[in-house]
Amino acid sequence: MTEPAPMTEPAPMTEPAPTTAPAAGPGSALDRELHELADKQVALGEMRGSPSVNPVNEPMIRHWLDAMGDTNPAYLDQGVAPPAMIQVWTMPGLRRDVKERSPVDDMIARLTDTGFTGVVATNCEQTYHRPARLGERLTPATRFSGLVGPKQTALGEGYFATWNVTWYGDGDDPVAEMMFRILKFRPRQRASEKAPEKAPERQEPKQPYPLRPAVNEDTAFFWEGVRKGELRIQRCSDCGELRHPPGPVCPSCRSANRTHIVSSGEGVVYSYVVHHHPPVPGRETPFVVAVVELPEGVRIVGNIVDCPTDAVGIGMSLRATYRAMDDELILPMWAPRET
Amino acid sequence: MLKSHAAISGIGATEFSKKSGRSELRLAAEAVFAALDDAGLAPADVDGMVTFTQDTNQEIAVAREIGAGELTYFSRVDYGGGAACGTVAQAAMAVATGMATTVVCYRAFNERSGRRFGQPDARLGGQPTSQGLEMSWHVPFGLMTPASWVAMFAQRYMHTYGATSEDFGRVAVAMRRHAATNPAAWFHGKPITLEEHQASRWIVEPLHLLDCCQESDGAVALVVTTAERARDLRRSPAVITAAAQGSGTGQMMMTSYYRDDMSGLPEMGVVGRRLWEMSGLSPSDIQTAILYDHFTPFVLAQLEELGFCGHGEAPDYLRDGGIEIDGRLPVNPNGGQLGEAYIHGMNGIAEAVRQIRGTSVNQVPGVRNVLVTAGTGVPTSGLILSTG
Repeated sequence: MTEPAPMTEPAPMTEPAPTTAPAAGPGSALDRELHELADKQVALGEMRGSPSVNPVNEPMIRHWLDAMGDTNPAYLDQGVAPPAMIQVWTMPGLRRDVKERSPVDDMIARLTDTGFTGVVATNCEQTYHRPARLGERLTPATRFSGLVGPKQTALGEGYFATWNVTWYGDGDDPVAEMMFRILKFRPRQRASEKAPEKAPERQEPKQPYPLRPAVNEDTAFFWEGVRKGELRIQRCSDCGELRHPPGPVCPSCRSANRTHIVSSGEGVVYSYVVHHHPPVPGRETPFVVAVVELPEGVRIVGNIVDCPTDAVGIGMSLRATYRAMDDELILPMWAPRET
Repeated sequence: MLKSHAAISGIGATEFSKKSGRSELRLAAEAVFAALDDAGLAPADVDGMVTFTQDTNQEIAVAREIGAGELTYFSRVDYGGGAACGTVAQAAMAVATGMATTVVCYRAFNERSGRRFGQPDARLGGQPTSQGLEMSWHVPFGLMTPASWVAMFAQRYMHTYGATSEDFGRVAVAMRRHAATNPAAWFHGKPITLEEHQASRWIVEPLHLLDCCQESDGAVALVVTTAERARDLRRSPAVITAAAQGSGTGQMMMTSYYRDDMSGLPEMGVVGRRLWEMSGLSPSDIQTAILYDHFTPFVLAQLEELGFCGHGEAPDYLRDGGIEIDGRLPVNPNGGQLGEAYIHGMNGIAEAVRQIRGTSVNQVPGVRNVLVTAGTGVPTSGLILSTG
């Protein structure tokens, strides 16, 4: 099985830049030097580290499950560690004085020395072959798998460095593997950076959601309905025509007398997209946006939630659901309708 | 009728890049100088200017920079890239009615190194203007990039007609083939295969990266004057046989999801009907077409709306190199915006003029009439340019 794992590298952070950074850019002397070093590190192949100081043990598993809020009793009942704990067993701790050799460190150090001081973790994929068993000591082995760049990124010019770690168990069989990728970059200079660095602001539980609708006297009824968990459709008081999106004048009969009905909250996917790139403020990618056709005869746009992106299809039955985006804004969304 | 009263007698452009290193006003001035030099006219001859509502360079600023004198006509055309052919339509009307004699149409931006249209902008909704309210039915759900707006149509088109991502990919392959032999193109010497298109990453499903046009810095300018005067100038005129703008019923900016079966571009249908009506021509009279290609799926919809094939037939029309330089209808011989540069459709009009003159690096033989379109998914515009 493969699942995304939490990043273990703090991201992003920067180290002080050397006063003179050598010229980079594709084909430059520095670029060639970095790629030569990368080729050398790749050629080193897999380098074994020391076995973990502590064997896989019950107290650490218990703490981890507690911190993650995982109440599944199966792990300790069966004497195995949760697979996603794999990195825990061989973490060196904060005060490592004995430096383990790894083909990665020289590459990272050289990038830092040549001005690519920023680091952000971009990819982490873990593959679990079997659970680690209580009492077992795991041995990590690392191989450097490649350097790509220089690339122009929003953070600055940089190189993507990728390595793979395999954890071997007591029987010298692979227990789990991980592909890890970071971007080492030259931070862009910002005007605001002249000010002394402030500690990052503490994240409130509900950051204000940045994508807010404009609302005026023609559309306020809709958003009032959403706050009450109702999906309202404008209805002309004179000719009865339903309309979404709403507007001030009925295009059929010129009437400005408006009311609304409350929709059944059912709908069908008319079309949809899966957004991957670029990042959208206030959103985690990928996410699904759909044009939903309502049985009342109008269409409306909204997100499809509680559904894997590859399970969405045109014609899929939906029901409305309401999601608080922050302390003030609720958005109507759509979830698969149970059949 | 506007038919054949005006002509394009000069074209000019800056280089197309990812970082011009110059202000947008300087790019505009450089392109206008190049277009006037091409026409054999002086800045003092210019008495009219037309650009896009979205352009950041006011007509009077460009006029000051190039050393033009008094202007008697200036106007702007709205709706993003839908304005491109509209600027020429406005200029043609101005010279045909005597409002001005020499009108410059221009578009200049640092779209790659400055404000990038493909990036989400949280301010898109937010203001209770008619457009802000329209956007407010979409932006809060993260539907806020041009690729995502187009992808919504593309998904429905695929569902309705059984089209595939490979059908869209054939457009990208054709454009990159053309750009590969155009030294002015950003992707000069860089053709792609259908396999590379399929392997490129998702931007917004069902659109891959290679379904989306590049972003560019640069400027293009065109000089429009009366057809009669154009015949006395140094270049062969590209006569404006027809010019049209069009907006569909229930039109929105990129998100007309509420009006019909979402598998076509009714506003381009309006433009097409007007162009055929004004010119008296039909699709078989067109030797090459410049079709706005910010995203591949809308090239298919345009072929259908303009009558080059029936609805749902574009995937077949495209197969076997149908829109490539040696195909049944060469589309965007310059490589289009996917291959040459994204100058909001204005570089395509310049290519149409070269095709009429017979001077394109990818010249189609025997060109008499070229059809040009502007931005899709928005209120749009079109031209038919002819020899003469």
